[in-house]
Amino acid sequence: MKKSRWYNYLWIWSVIYFAMGFFHILFAWLGLISFFLPLIFAVGWGNKGFCNRYCDRGQLLRALGGQKGFSRRKDVPDWMKGKAFRYGFLAFFMAMFANMLYMTYRVYVGAAELSETVTLFWSIPVPWSFAYTGGAGTIEPWVAQFAFGFYSMMLTSAILGVLTMLAYKPRSWCVYCPMGTMTQMICKWKAKA
Amino acid sequence: MATITPKRHAVVDTSHCVACGACAEVCPRGAITVWKGSYSVVDDGLCIGCGLCAKECPASVIRLEARP
Repeated sequence: MKKSRWYNYLWIWSVIYFAMGFFHILFAWLGLISFFLPLIFAVGWGNKGFCNRYCDRGQLLRALGGQKGFSRRKDVPDWMKGKAFRYGFLAFFMAMFANMLYMTYRVYVGAAELSETVTLFWSIPVPWSFAYTGGAGTIEPWVAQFAFGFYSMMLTSAILGVLTMLAYKPRSWCVYCPMGTMTQMICKWKAKA
Repeated sequence: MATITPKRHAVVDTSHCVACGACAEVCPRGAITVWKGSYSVVDDGLCIGCGLCAKECPASVIRLEARP
């Protein structure tokens, strides 16, 4: 049995993050940590320290799929680990991210109304106004729009991760995780340079 | 003391490795490192061929092979 270290418990962050989104959507901004940390490791040190040690989602999927045994533990299909799908999914994810930023911008300039919904799989709107009070006018609408958009992205990708955890290996998500693909790409460039 | 050389060892298909580090996390010997965030590398001297890494690898790119 390997000794447990403090960073083996970071899966708790995933649970807290998604739970907080039910109480107030602005907590969704904290998801930017999971966005910037992997990039800082990759760009700054040329390693995947985040994926390798600190990723809360990887740990949660391992805990549920491996340690709790919810995963079928089947091999992922070959296409899923191929370059075309991994880079394609990264490109798609980035496009959806850009679209989300554009929506935030539209609300910022007043061209669109704030939409108090969480959108699953980039298409299914789920009413989420219960987690947004508007702060009696103290919260800028674009700040809330970004939070709804970011939470949508995080929740959608978490659901995808859980689905492939159940169907394939526990950490199947890691095979096509856009952050993982992007940071590995950066690391490979840096290793060559 | 006689040393026993394990019959098998873990071999990584580095071209399909996603460098997630799941293998390194479960290796009881600490024999695996992720080289410059690019792919996993097994220290042959430490690997005992237990197969935990192969079982854990989400991309299933680690195989146990007979040592040459």
